[in-house]
Amino acid sequence: MIPLNWFLTLSAVLFLIGMLGFFIKRNIIALLLSVEIMLNAVNLTFVAFSSRNGHVSGQVFVFFVLVVAAAEAAVGLALVIAMFRNRETLNVDRSNLLKW
Amino acid sequence: MIDYLTNRDFLLMVLRLVIVFGGLMGAFAYLSLVERRVMAFVQMRPGPNRVGPFGLLQPIADGLKFLFKEQIRPTGANAWLYLAAPLISLVPALLSFSVIPFGPALQVTDLNVALLVVFAVGSLSVYGIVIGGWASNSKYPLIASMRSSAQMISYELSLTLSVVGVLMIGNTLSLVKLVQSQEGLWLGFIPRWNIFLQPVAFVIYIIAATAETNRLPFDLAESEQELVSGWHTEYSGMKFAIYMLAEYANLIAVSCIATILFFGGWNGPSFGPDWMVMILPTIWFVMKISVFVFFYVLMRSTVPRVRYDQLMRFGWKLMLPVALANILITSLLVALS
Amino acid sequence: MIEALFFLFAAMAVGAAINVLVQKHVLYSALSLIVLLVSMSGLFILLNADFLAVINVIVYAGAIMVLFVFVIMLLNLPEDEDGADRMRWLKFLGIPMGLFLLFMILATLWNAGADAGVQAQMPGSPEAIGRSLFTDYLLPFEVTSLLILIALMGAVVFAKKEL
Repeated sequence: MIPLNWFLTLSAVLFLIGMLGFFIKRNIIALLLSVEIMLNAVNLTFVAFSSRNGHVSGQVFVFFVLVVAAAEAAVGLALVIAMFRNRETLNVDRSNLLKW
Repeated sequence: MIDYLTNRDFLLMVLRLVIVFGGLMGAFAYLSLVERRVMAFVQMRPGPNRVGPFGLLQPIADGLKFLFKEQIRPTGANAWLYLAAPLISLVPALLSFSVIPFGPALQVTDLNVALLVVFAVGSLSVYGIVIGGWASNSKYPLIASMRSSAQMISYELSLTLSVVGVLMIGNTLSLVKLVQSQEGLWLGFIPRWNIFLQPVAFVIYIIAATAETNRLPFDLAESEQELVSGWHTEYSGMKFAIYMLAEYANLIAVSCIATILFFGGWNGPSFGPDWMVMILPTIWFVMKISVFVFFYVLMRSTVPRVRYDQLMRFGWKLMLPVALANILITSLLVALS
Repeated sequence: MIEALFFLFAAMAVGAAINVLVQKHVLYSALSLIVLLVSMSGLFILLNADFLAVINVIVYAGAIMVLFVFVIMLLNLPEDEDGADRMRWLKFLGIPMGLFLLFMILATLWNAGADAGVQAQMPGSPEAIGRSLFTDYLLPFEVTSLLILIALMGAVVFAKKEL
């Protein structure tokens, strides 16, 4: 029997790693990947609580997270392609035309 | 521990594993011979017939040749990924056999989501091709892996959607229960196979499965006339052999699923003494798979390859709408009856 | 035994997540994320959510990540350049702050004392999830289809060469 806290701790660690990646990495695809790590950490929490409470709602929520992740990946990658076509780089620091 | 290891259930499971794994490995080896011989007959030439009677020892000779080849690695290739890629494509291909029932007793394990497991590991097998093409550090493999990744996403949709109709009729995701739901006869002579209920789904499944296993006419990832030999251009020796093994494993897995979903799995007439009754279902199953494999080999030697834009247009504009329409109509009929 | 499996999958997940950050080339990050997703599925199985574990592999590893890998190969990216980062100091600020946040979360978690074990009789079957999805969560389910439609149109518009 695995304590619930183990799953929550693991989820917190993963979420932190994803968040750090989002702040540290400068490549826009790496930023999207960091978001995926965070979504996965949240998924783990949902499923752990769902298992703990014996209720299926948490797992249904993971479905919605999956849908959001798919939509995010599709739109995000389309944006990445458009950005690369215009700017020849994926570094988010270099796409600063609107900044002065 | 000792108790567990000498347990009857455990020993039975080991026995099943050995039979399934050994049988499959033998089948893979001889599939290469069957493919070459059948293709040769279609093209009116003898094919490999020198090693042993009818060339029956050819797979052994091939295996020895693969073993003794020099191991080479292209300059600038990523060493780890280059080595890992063939294994990444083999492991998912073999994993799917852990849930496929070859007979009432001959199944490694049954899950209540067995069919989804097969599709899940099948969707992972694309990484073997993609990583292999990338790690080779060569232009033709790279083009092949790009084509392959786009092709896999496109046809996986139709593949998964085509079986939904069957699942709605069978009302389960377990492969054993799907087979059991197709037992018996209609009107005394038509077997209760799903092919008669879902012919459209079957056609879509076969076409999408051809694309998923990279067989002609959809072998855009290999296409030896344009890309040398696609993603495994830079592979030789045992690593190449593992790629071929994975390809045949995928071919047989896809044929197994087609048999289970549409042709009643191991169902068939059973007669004779006890040992015959026990062994007959597996024989029916293997025969049904052989028909599919033979069909795929024939298709490889007779159908020309499609162009890449044709492949994409066909997948998205024809297969997907038809699969969706099939689901709609099936669900209406299931709801009404 | 089951605890050992948990630690195996947890170590795989954390190692893969850190590797996503460490790798210079974004393709290796993406491949590492696939390892993370597969170990996530292992954890879901430990939580008796078989169906979700399989769906996670099919949707995430089999579709979304293939899309990522395809785009990375299509653009044929060079390695990340490290030099002219204006935000490089974020690294040195971010890691301590992140660790501090982690410490806070863990302290709250262990104080809350939610140490009851994870139940084994959880219904994670396709039937239960489907029933819940089409009764209790019917409206969100329909709204997600709208979301997907919008994302579809957005992706087509953004990726077009000229509008």
